[in-house]
Amino acid sequence: MSAVLQAVFAPGFFTSAPVRVALLVGGMAALVSGVAGTFAVVRGQSYAGHALADISVTGGSASYLAGVSPLWGFAAVGVAAAAAMDLIGVQRRRGRDLATGIVRGAGLGLAALFLYWGTTSTSTTGATVTILFGSIFTISASTAGAAALLGAVALAIVAVLYRPLLLSSASPELAFARGIPVRITGALCLVAVALAVSLSALTIGAILSTALLVGPAAAALRLTSRPGLAVLWSAVIGLAATWLGVLLAYDSYYWPPAHQGWPVSFFVVALVLVFYLLAQFAVTRPAGDRPGRARSLAAGHDGAGA
Amino acid sequence: MVDRNTVITAELGRATDREQALAVEGVSVRLGGREVLHDVRFSIRAGEFVGLIGSNGAGKTTLLRVILGLQKPAAGQVRIGGEGGGRRDRAVGYVPQKIELDPDMPLRARDLVGLGLDGNRFGIPLPSRARRAMVDEMLHAVGAADFADARVGTLSGGEQQRVMIAHALISKPRLLLMDEPLANLDIRSEQEIVSLLARISKERGIAVLISAHEINPLLPVMDRVVYMAAGRAASGTTDEVVRPDVLTRLYGHHVDVIHLHGRVLVVAGRGEEPAIGPRDDTHVLHTDQDVPDPDVTEEQR
Repeated sequence: MSAVLQAVFAPGFFTSAPVRVALLVGGMAALVSGVAGTFAVVRGQSYAGHALADISVTGGSASYLAGVSPLWGFAAVGVAAAAAMDLIGVQRRRGRDLATGIVRGAGLGLAALFLYWGTTSTSTTGATVTILFGSIFTISASTAGAAALLGAVALAIVAVLYRPLLLSSASPELAFARGIPVRITGALCLVAVALAVSLSALTIGAILSTALLVGPAAAALRLTSRPGLAVLWSAVIGLAATWLGVLLAYDSYYWPPAHQGWPVSFFVVALVLVFYLLAQFAVTRPAGDRPGRARSLAAGHDGAGA
Repeated sequence: MVDRNTVITAELGRATDREQALAVEGVSVRLGGREVLHDVRFSIRAGEFVGLIGSNGAGKTTLLRVILGLQKPAAGQVRIGGEGGGRRDRAVGYVPQKIELDPDMPLRARDLVGLGLDGNRFGIPLPSRARRAMVDEMLHAVGAADFADARVGTLSGGEQQRVMIAHALISKPRLLLMDEPLANLDIRSEQEIVSLLARISKERGIAVLISAHEINPLLPVMDRVVYMAAGRAASGTTDEVVRPDVLTRLYGHHVDVIHLHGRVLVVAGRGEEPAIGPRDDTHVLHTDQDVPDPDVTEEQR
């Protein structure tokens, strides 16, 4: 028994402080991404979430130049970009893609400049790798505390707005008829998504954070027709992928080729993909959903959109 | 014949005693310098089923927006439940037109009905037996119990319309407004939805106002009609309103009304031929079953 445990959990896994911080912050990132991601996906804001991740690179690289934790840059720029997208018109379908594209392009341009400065001033690409691919094992205690706080804010936004958000995600017209301030609700949802992205950017990297935002939610939508359960599944799948990813990354220290440990981000993203494929192909559609009909209608829907 | 008249008079007498659910009093609306509504006036009592008929651009949606308090009239006022203003979203159930629901959205029919009850409240809903019972009762009332656990986005147009009605009615409004609920429905679903709405308005004493650009599906059940053209409205029973003289005045050009097997056709006529006037035509084609009589249809059901 202990031999099995030893094989699964390489020596020192439970006593390592960086691992504990990684499990805590990674877990928070996964939880928030799973919850906010469900709404991002059903609201058709996956692209907006992806763009927020790209734009957060700007903040991350700027805070590297300023010498503060990249988390603050990710969060500040992410929330500002969310507000900008809302101002330009993220609630209209065509406007949404245009707004997202414009803000994203401007952000990435700045990020390129900041990363260039960062690289030339230190003569290493350390900042670039940290910002783009995450740094889950080198998070400081103060950054971990801040991450927990930002995560709690994002979760609180979704919990408080749960019902208005659900109704306006299903149909903005119905929500408006109920007297729900659809626009403010949507803007706050985007803020929660931006916070989720900034946490994921800190842990698995800015360019990979979309995977944690969209993947678990997409898998959850295949598993259940209940809104509450979908949010729960999404969070659980995200948590499982992140914690297993941390474990595998720790174990991979003993793996070839260099005995240096593979990057966590790789494992998390790979596991998210595995879970998504499992949900897509291995699980039959939930009871109460009429499969034939749902599929044919969905096909028609896709056809109309194409 | 005498008995029948007495019954009808008694019905009318009771109707006037009933609570007034909606009064639209001389409403005019200007949008961008153009008069979209001109002096529209009518009222609806509790339990009445009224059709708001008119073609695209006649002003139906604008009128519904005024009733909902989303559009301020340039003149006139709207009173709901005998009072002016107040919390309209509570007293009025509203189903907008052209609602598109995503088949991938994890939301069951029962979830959408539940959101009709408390969708505007903050926080996560706690499972409660009372809430579930209310949702179940409403789903039964609209005949949606069979697909209560299916995703709303995967339901047919008629099924979705039933769920929308339940969503709008579960908060117990006194007035139900529906914008083009029959658009995009096949003929059978259309009839089912119309008779469902008529039954609910009678059983629950709810005033129902639905807009449509086709009058015929509503003829068998409509208590009264509000007929709109170019921002003006004529209201009354179908016999009072759907007549060549009234509609000609409303449209501002000559219109014929043809009765055919219990249906009516409103067609643009040639004004220069008043000799074979529309009035005569209608007399020729007028049969007993042309007259929509709420009492008769009630018995038939």
